[in-house]
Amino acid sequence: MNGEHAIEVTGLRKAYGSVPVLDGIDLRVERGSMLALLGPNGAGKTTTVRILSTLLRPDAGTARVHGFDVERQAGAVRRSIGVTGQHTAVDGLLTGYENLVLMGRLFRLPGRAARSRATELLERFGLAEAASRQAKTYSGGMRRRLDLAISLIAAPPVLFLDEPTTGLDPRSRNAVWETVRELLTGGVTVLLTTQYLEEADQLADRVAVVDGGRIVADGTPARLKQQVGAELLELAFADPGAFHLAREILGQDGPRADERALRVSVAVEHPKDVRRILDLLAERGVDPDRLGVEKPTLDDVFLTLTGAHAGGGQ
Amino acid sequence: MNTVNTVNTPVTRAGEARWALSNAGALVGRSLRHITRSPEQLMLMLFLPTMLLLMFRYLFGGAIATGGMSYVNYVIAGNIAVSVTFNATATSVAVAGDMLEGIVERFRSMPVSSPAVLVGHVAASLARNLVSIAVMVGVGLLAGFRPVAGPGQWLAALGLLVLFTLGVSWIAVLLGVLAKTVEGASGLSMPLVFVPYVSSAFVPPGTMPEALRVIAENQPVTPMVDAVRALFLDQPVGDSAWLAVAWWGGLTLVAVPLAGVLFRRRSAPGSR
Ligand SMILES: Nc1ncnc2c1ncn2[C@@H]1O[C@H](COP(=O)(O)OP(=O)(O)OP(=O)(O)O)[C@@H](O)[C@H]1O
Ligand SMILES: [Mg+2]
Repeated sequence: MNGEHAIEVTGLRKAYGSVPVLDGIDLRVERGSMLALLGPNGAGKTTTVRILSTLLRPDAGTARVHGFDVERQAGAVRRSIGVTGQHTAVDGLLTGYENLVLMGRLFRLPGRAARSRATELLERFGLAEAASRQAKTYSGGMRRRLDLAISLIAAPPVLFLDEPTTGLDPRSRNAVWETVRELLTGGVTVLLTTQYLEEADQLADRVAVVDGGRIVADGTPARLKQQVGAELLELAFADPGAFHLAREILGQDGPRADERALRVSVAVEHPKDVRRILDLLAERGVDPDRLGVEKPTLDDVFLTLTGAHAGGGQ
Repeated sequence: MNTVNTVNTPVTRAGEARWALSNAGALVGRSLRHITRSPEQLMLMLFLPTMLLLMFRYLFGGAIATGGMSYVNYVIAGNIAVSVTFNATATSVAVAGDMLEGIVERFRSMPVSSPAVLVGHVAASLARNLVSIAVMVGVGLLAGFRPVAGPGQWLAALGLLVLFTLGVSWIAVLLGVLAKTVEGASGLSMPLVFVPYVSSAFVPPGTMPEALRVIAENQPVTPMVDAVRALFLDQPVGDSAWLAVAWWGGLTLVAVPLAGVLFRRRSAPGSR
């Protein structure tokens, strides 16, 4: 339990049959911080989470969670973690309240503690009114929230959330983010996978991008955006003619174009790049209508770093 | 909410055992609760034994010769056997649901001794079957069943039925663990329902064609049914009680570890 890393992963490998899925993953997550694992479908995010939560044995490499080895000290790991898997797993025949109390009892919380904690979590996840209804009558988002609540029943010091907000409406998503922030403040360590880059941007101290079973980038969201480099010069045009011409002229600069908005964006490193581009356009008699310089988003990071494999998974 | 729990760690072996026992208790409670929430289980528990008894008593009863004994007196033990095997299909389905719908996986990421899930299902199965047996005997009494057993014989009959139910339930659990889909689980366990039909449950094996008679006289349901019937009616039990104990004790002793091993293999790291 010593050391400042709540999660330490070194050289993790896993293959299904002869298909390698994880090809040497290294991760460190500081106690009380959040790491967001990003990556295209099939990159190996869920596989990583399943190994860290003792559900799957790695072929090679080591992983320690809360100071315990996931293979040799699986029991201790299980007592230290809460897991919300990618697929919701609640008992449909039990009510929301009964689900939580059962899970609390399985962690051997005293009966009274389990009951009061169940009530508190139902309240927090907006399920108080549905507390005494069978979970099979819940909507998908409600089930998801119950699933999240279950993973918190024993107040675990380490939390694994595999796409926790998929399928949640914006209000529920905000509520989940709020809860996660509070948990982080309280010293809980969180490893989250997500497809919502905004989620990673909002919550994570660090982001690791997985692609093809390897970590292709790892750093703070700001650092990663920097790594993608350039700021983006956005040029908007008044008419389709100018837009198409501009796209043609800037072709060699690799513009990303939005045909409907008549907008072209070009990566720029220096202010003088902006002048060069405007000159290039002016030579052919094209003038942008409006212009702006934008910072890259995590979307840009994602698309740039995982480009080669995008859409290739699954 | 904001505080990090200190980790509860069972360090001693006794601690481990207490933990497993507490888990099993919680999971038995869960499965018992499922009974009242599941229309299918309720049907099998209450309606099926009633229907079976009335059907065999009034529909077939007149046409089957059982050598002097009234048919309802003859058939009630057999009806109990069919009811138990019918109820087993619900157990298989429940186990398969847990295996396939993520519940077992959730338990495996928790400090839960996960085979305790299976113990929960068997306990619930036992409870359902005891209710079914009570219903069967109750309806039977109204329909002319006239037991003449003393308290010791009742207890012995109950003991045999509990052992039989445990054996059948563990076999049902095994099939539920093996099923690849939840629907598949009821298909896998369906053959169990027909096993009592080729026994002494409904007709004396002596009246059967040779091949069926040989099967009926040598399969595990026959001594169980014969012994229970004899105990109910205060007749000589002969070897049937010991044979029944040997068969169902043996089957249980095989089914329990096998279910455990298959459960681990089916749900264990690396297997999926
Ligand atoms: N049981 C399995 N058998 C064979 N291949 C598997 C199995 N589970 C996962 N895979 C493969 O491993 C790869 C990684 O899967 P994983 O679920 O870890 O991806 P992911 O990053 O979580 O993707 P997503 O964003 O779609 O959830 C995929 O190519 C997948 O097909
Ligand atoms: Mg996944």
